Amino acid sequence: MTIEEKQDQIISEFEFLEDWLDKYQLIIDKGMSNKGIDEEYKTEEYLIEGCQSKVWVHAEYKNGFVFYQGESNTDIAGGIVSMLVDILTAHTPTEILDADLYFIDRIGLKEHLSPTRSNGMLAMVKQMRMYALAFKSQYED
Amino acid sequence: MTINIDKIREDFPILKKEVYRKPLVYFDNAATTQKPTCVVDTIVKGYYDCNANIHRGVHFLSQQATEAHEAARKTVQQFIHAQHAHEIVFTRGTTEAINLVAHSFGISQCSDDDEIIITQMEHHSNIVPWQLLQSIRNIRLRIIPFDEKGVLQVNQLESLINEKTKLIAVSHVSNALGTTNPIKEIARIAHNHDIPVLVDGAQSTPHISIDVQDLDVDFFAFSGHKIYGPTGIGVLYGKEKWLEKIPPYQGGGEMIHKVTFEKTTFNELPFKFEAGTPDYIGSTALATALDYVSNIGIENIAQHEHELLHYATEKLSQIDGMRFIGEAESKSGLISFLVGNIHPYDLGTILDKLGIAVRTGHHCAEPVMQAFNIEGTVRASFAMYNTKEEIDILVAGIERAAKMFRR
Ligand SMILES: Cc1ncc(COP(=O)(O)O)c(C=O)c1O
Repeated sequence: MTIEEKQDQIISEFEFLEDWLDKYQLIIDKGMSNKGIDEEYKTEEYLIEGCQSKVWVHAEYKNGFVFYQGESNTDIAGGIVSMLVDILTAHTPTEILDADLYFIDRIGLKEHLSPTRSNGMLAMVKQMRMYALAFKSQYED
Repeated sequence: MTINIDKIREDFPILKKEVYRKPLVYFDNAATTQKPTCVVDTIVKGYYDCNANIHRGVHFLSQQATEAHEAARKTVQQFIHAQHAHEIVFTRGTTEAINLVAHSFGISQCSDDDEIIITQMEHHSNIVPWQLLQSIRNIRLRIIPFDEKGVLQVNQLESLINEKTKLIAVSHVSNALGTTNPIKEIARIAHNHDIPVLVDGAQSTPHISIDVQDLDVDFFAFSGHKIYGPTGIGVLYGKEKWLEKIPPYQGGGEMIHKVTFEKTTFNELPFKFEAGTPDYIGSTALATALDYVSNIGIENIAQHEHELLHYATEKLSQIDGMRFIGEAESKSGLISFLVGNIHPYDLGTILDKLGIAVRTGHHCAEPVMQAFNIEGTVRASFAMYNTKEEIDILVAGIERAAKMFRR
């Protein structure tokens, strides 16, 4: 699936949820099915410090594709990072850098993108793009 | 006398607001309180009707504005029962008031190796100013600890005092634990050793009747916005003898007596500490807020909030996995808690979606969190306009939210 197709699928899951709590339940559930991050990466070095929740992200480059792992100490940020991991994993650095992550807005999480939000979603996206950029310049240029 | 909450709520238009299509339940009063219409009216009227720079003008409006600002000082004086109006210095808030003392008292009264005693439950604004002082005077901080219930170990104070102790700076009510500290006793012990006491009254002034003379404290700081007043205005009370003794904090207009390039002499109290154009609209609106509180009666407010605290404690304790952070007998205005292993951020986010505003995190009191070995808490803090029905909504909200998490 392309990044767009994956986003569209997530949007369709959220589309009919009217109630905020149902939306958040789905986000939390997304986190539960997340494989998490290898223990060795749950360190200061891989920490994206949101104000209140801790999120760790790590990425590897294999055969031209980027593979992400992410985890949080909170269920909600955990759900968000897990969606980002699912959407961006197994794509090329160029695809990732070119991606427009419109699902965030469409599922009603836009407020979480503001730099002052405490779960640091913006920082997560930024860090994941950084990985892609680093791989691109390291392996592809 | 009981107070008429319905009538009070009418005075606070924001309480009618809906968020996420749910009626707003505002339990973040320790961060800031909502404002009654009379306070906002004073601000509007100030700018529309009575605006001119104070103290300097010969003209009508300037004199009117000056009188309003000085009348506000008198209102504050009476509200906290200070002996003189000139012992009231307007600041931006508690933070600026403490920084003023840390700087002016610190550089004039402290030498290298001197000690300042604070407590383990201080807000960062009563920790960091003293650490900043350390770059000018190499002072040491000594800490009065609290026990597992969050009760300050005042019996350890004597052993922390020595000939190098220059000041004891303590919060009246902890914003993270709710603990009310025995200020009178602390002041008595301190004064037996001729040591002055500074009190951070940010969380006590909105909830407890304050009498700085009865408490016998040397400095007392509070913020207007936490007691139904506007943001950007606060108060430092200082005993006359101390305010006379310590030097100005900032230099500028209004605080001087005479300036030449060789020498400047300073204005009398309190103007020596009010450099530049003060927030004279804010001070007048703060006075309106204090009058509003006085009209309802701080004792009545205290009683109502005490009932809320008691009711909330009882109801919350029935929730599975409820853990209170701060279980002192003597508490004021707020409850800090955790539910099971649910992260405070998660719980706060869901409560928000239910229209309930609580605060989550370390509440700018990281040493308190370190003492309990936790990252943060959920904090519900009360004001005069809160009701038992709102507490019921909070309890139901927590129960609803708790079902959503895997932790
Ligand atoms: C105990 C305590 N001290 C100081 C402050 C700082 O007050 P302000 O930000 O109004 O200066 C607060 C506010 O959160 C507080 O709770």
